[in-house]
Amino acid sequence: MSHKKDLAAVDGRRFNVDGILTAVSVVLLLIVVVIPVFSIIYNSFFYKGQFDPQLFIGQLTDANNLAAMWNTIKIAFWVTLLGTILGTFYAWLLGRSDIPAKGLMRALFNIPYMFPPFLGAMAWDLLLNGRSGYLNKALMEIFHLSKAPVNINTLAGIIFVEISYYFPFVFMQVVSALERMDPTLEECARIAGAKQMTVIRKITLPLVVPAISAGALLIMTTSLAHFGVPSILGFSQGIFTLPTKIYAVISRSEGSFEGIRQGAALSIMLVIVVSIALIIQKKVLSSGSYDIIKGKSMRPTLIKLRGAKIPLLVLCIATLILIVVVPLVMIFLVSLVKAYGLPLVPENFTFNNYMKVFRMDGTMNSIFNSLKLSIGAGIICMFLGTLIAYVVQKIKPKGKEALEILSVLPYSLPGTVLAIGVILAWSGAIFGIKLSNTLWIILIAYIARYLSFSMKSSSAALLQVHPSLEEAARTCGASHMESLKDVTLPLIRPAMVSGFFLIFLPAMREVTTSVLLYGPYTRTLGVQIYSLRDAGMIPQAAALGSIAIVLIIICNTIVTEVTKDRKGV
Amino acid sequence: MDQVVLRHVTKRFTTKTLGDIVAVDDFNLEVHDGECFSFLGPSGCGKSTTLRMIAGFEDLSEGEIELCGKEVSSKEKNLYIPPEERGLGMVFQSFAVWPHMNVFENVAFPLRIQKVNKTDIETRVREAMKHTSLTGLEKVFPSDLSGGQQQRIALARAIVTQPKVMLLDEPLSNLDPKLRETMRFEIKELQREFGFTIIFVTHDQSEAMAISDRMMVCDMGKIMQIDTPENLYNKPNSRFVHSFLGESTFINVNIVDGKVYAQGDNENPLALDIPKDADRQMVVATRPNSIDLLGADQEGYPTHIEKRIFLTDRTEYIVPVGEQKLKIQTPHRISFAEGDACRVRLISPMWYPMEDEAAEKERQRRQLV
Repeated sequence: MSHKKDLAAVDGRRFNVDGILTAVSVVLLLIVVVIPVFSIIYNSFFYKGQFDPQLFIGQLTDANNLAAMWNTIKIAFWVTLLGTILGTFYAWLLGRSDIPAKGLMRALFNIPYMFPPFLGAMAWDLLLNGRSGYLNKALMEIFHLSKAPVNINTLAGIIFVEISYYFPFVFMQVVSALERMDPTLEECARIAGAKQMTVIRKITLPLVVPAISAGALLIMTTSLAHFGVPSILGFSQGIFTLPTKIYAVISRSEGSFEGIRQGAALSIMLVIVVSIALIIQKKVLSSGSYDIIKGKSMRPTLIKLRGAKIPLLVLCIATLILIVVVPLVMIFLVSLVKAYGLPLVPENFTFNNYMKVFRMDGTMNSIFNSLKLSIGAGIICMFLGTLIAYVVQKIKPKGKEALEILSVLPYSLPGTVLAIGVILAWSGAIFGIKLSNTLWIILIAYIARYLSFSMKSSSAALLQVHPSLEEAARTCGASHMESLKDVTLPLIRPAMVSGFFLIFLPAMREVTTSVLLYGPYTRTLGVQIYSLRDAGMIPQAAALGSIAIVLIIICNTIVTEVTKDRKGV
Repeated sequence: MDQVVLRHVTKRFTTKTLGDIVAVDDFNLEVHDGECFSFLGPSGCGKSTTLRMIAGFEDLSEGEIELCGKEVSSKEKNLYIPPEERGLGMVFQSFAVWPHMNVFENVAFPLRIQKVNKTDIETRVREAMKHTSLTGLEKVFPSDLSGGQQQRIALARAIVTQPKVMLLDEPLSNLDPKLRETMRFEIKELQREFGFTIIFVTHDQSEAMAISDRMMVCDMGKIMQIDTPENLYNKPNSRFVHSFLGESTFINVNIVDGKVYAQGDNENPLALDIPKDADRQMVVATRPNSIDLLGADQEGYPTHIEKRIFLTDRTEYIVPVGEQKLKIQTPHRISFAEGDACRVRLISPMWYPMEDEAAEKERQRRQLV
C-alpha cells in the first residue's frame, strides 16, 4: 500500500512468475517430446538433407513388415475386445453384486497391473512352450500324446497373456466409476418398474460407458505398443509385431545408422496404426461424459446373485489362480531348479541360481540403474508434470492446448517409437550432444514416456483447488509466489506424491524402451532379466524375476502406506 | 472520510459466444467510514466483478478505485496495486478455508506473511478466535467442522489483521437459513467491535436489507439506485428495483381522457392520480400489502375473488383487474371466500414506463454468461 506501482511494472512482475513457468515448461517439452518426434519423422523421409521417401515406401511394402503390422492389429483387437468384456464383467461382479470376499479379491485383481507382463509371458512360456513347457510335457506323459496339447508360442497365446495383464485397466476404471455412481439413478429405474437385468442394461452400463471406453483405449494403445509378451512368446516362432520387428531390425543392425533409419520408418508405420486405431475407437465408442459423481458416499444396493453366487465365486477364484498364482509360482519354482528342464521336484531345488545371479557383473548394477532411473524420472516428472499442469490449468497462456497435447502425446506414442526418437535426437545430431550408452538417454525417454502420468494426477488435483483459496491468500497479504508455496503446492502435494509412484512403479519394470537404449553399463533390471533369458540362462532369469517381483511388491506396499495417511484434503 | 471510492469504474469482457459485454458500466459510488454497504442484484449484474476489482483480482477497463484515501487502481494513471498490498479483509462464498492448515494456522496466516513475531501472533489469533467463538478449536482441521464454523474461520482470518475495509462476497449463501441469521448478527457485532467498513455482496434482498446502512441495486452492469434500505423499498426509482426488493404486483394501464384504465377493461377506471409526465401506457406498481380489499358495497374498483391462499401469517387473494391479476395480501381478519364480489383500492402506487422488451432480452442474454 505504501508505494504506488505502475501497472506495466506490476504486469511485468506477474509476467516474471507466470511467464518463467510457462517458458520453462515449453523448453522442457521441446527437449523431451518435440525433438525426438521430429527426429523420427525427419530421418524416415530425409536422407543427408534430401527428401527420400524410398526407405519408407520400401518398408511399407515389405511383406514381412506388413505381416508384423497385421499381427499387431489382430493382437490389439482381440486383447481390447476380450479384455474389456472381462474387465467390465469382473468390475460389475465386485462392485455391484453380493459376492463374498470383495476386498481381498479386488486387491488380487490389481496384482496383474503391478506384475511385469514379460515375466508373465516367461512363466507361461515355461509352462506351455510348444516343445519344452513343463505343463505340456506333463500332459504328454499322462495322456501319452505325441504332440504338445497347447502351444503358447502362437498369436492366441500372446493374446491370452496380454489379456490377463491388461484387463485390469478396464476393471479399475469401471470399479471406480461404479463406486462413484449415484445409486439413486439405479433405484429410480427400479421404482419406474424396470427389472434388474433391464437396469443393468439400460442404466448402469450406459453410465459406465465412458469409464469402459477410457479403459479400452488404454488397453488398445498399450497392446499396440507392447513389446515384452510378443517378443518372449513370438520370436522363437517367427511371430513378429511392429514393436518386436523394430527391435529385431535395430539389434540386427548393431547400431548402424541404416538400421536405425529402418526402425524409424517402421515406427512411423506403428504410429499410423495407433492413430487409425484411436480414430476408430473414437467413432465406435462415443465417450460422452456424464456427471455421475455425487458428493455423498452412498451405499448402492447390492444385487443378490442367489444360486449363481457359488459358481461365480469359483470362476473368480479360478481366474485369479490362472492369471496371478500360476505365473508367480512358476517363476519362483523355476528360479530354484538346478538346471532348466529338470522336473520341478524338491530334490532338484537349490538357491544357487540366486547366488549366481548376484555374482554376475551386471546384476547389482542393473538394479541400481533401475532404481536411479525410476526415482530420477519420478521426481523430475513429478515437478515437470505439476509445472505443466499449473501452467495449463491456472496460468492459461495462449496456446495452452498445444502445451497439453505435447505433454500427453508421448503417452500414445509407443515406447519403442519414443526410444528410436531419442536415439536419433541425442546421438550427436543436436549440438553434438551424444548421450547414447548413458543413463541420461534412458532418463530422457522415461521422462517423455511417463510425463503425462504425473501431469494428469496434478491436473486433477489443481482442478479441485478452488481459485478462492489462492485469492484468500492474496487478500491476506501473500504475494503470488507465497500463495503458490503456502496454499496451492501443499494442497496438491498428495497428488504429486502419487504421481511420483505412478511413474516409479512402471519405470522399475520397464523393458520396451530400455531394451533399445541400454549400453554395456546401463542395463536396467528389465533388460537384465530379458538378456539372461535370451542367453538361455532361464533359471537365473527366473531368479532375478522373482527378486524384481519382491522389489515391486515392497515398493507397492510402501506406496499404499504413504498415500494412506494423507490429510483430509 | 470515504473508505472506498469508485469513479467511472467500467469493466468489459469479450466472450466467445456472446461477444462484447459491459459487465460493469460506469460505476460511481462512495462507501463511508464504518458503513455497511451492500451490492445487491441478480446474477450477472456486475456486483461480484465490482467487488473483485476493489479487491484487485480484476483489472479495470476504465475508471479508478480509491481505498482509504489512496488510489489502488487507475486506468488513466496506469496504476494497479496487487491484492496483497491493499490491506483488505475478505470472506468468500466458498469460505476459502485452507484444508491443509488447522484453524489456528488458517487464522495466523496473514500475520505470518506480515512476519509478526510469534507471541504477538499467538495473542492476536486467540483474540480473533474469541470474537468468532472459535476458542478451543485451534488444532482442529476445517474438514472436521460445520459450514458455520468454517465461515467463522474465514471471518477470524479476515479480522485478525484489523483491516479498515472488509469485503464479504456472498458470505452467507452457503449456510442454512437459521445459521444465516445468526452469522448476520455476528458480522454486525464484529463491525461494532472493530469499526471496519463492510462491502457486502449478495443476491438475497432480505439479507441486504437487514444488514446494510446503504445499498446499491444493480442490474445488467448498471447501477439502478443507491440509497438506504427503507428508501429503496418505499421509493424505488424503477420497475426493476421495485420488483427486486420485496413483493410487487404490477398492472399495465392505459390513460384515456384523464382516466386510468387497466388493460382489458375500458369501462371501470381505477381511481388514481395521474403523474404529470405519464405516457399513454404506463405500469402501476404496488405492494400486495398496500392494497385495500373492500366489500362490494364500498368505493373502489369492482371485481371478485378468484383465488384465496391461506399463508401462515396473512391471506393472499388473487383478483382479476381487466385482463391482469392483482395479488393482495391481508391480515387474516379480512376474510373473503372465492367467488365473492369485492372492491379494491391501490394506496399510493408507483408509476413506471412500460418495460421495453429489448431490456428483458438483454437480461436473459447476460444470464447465460
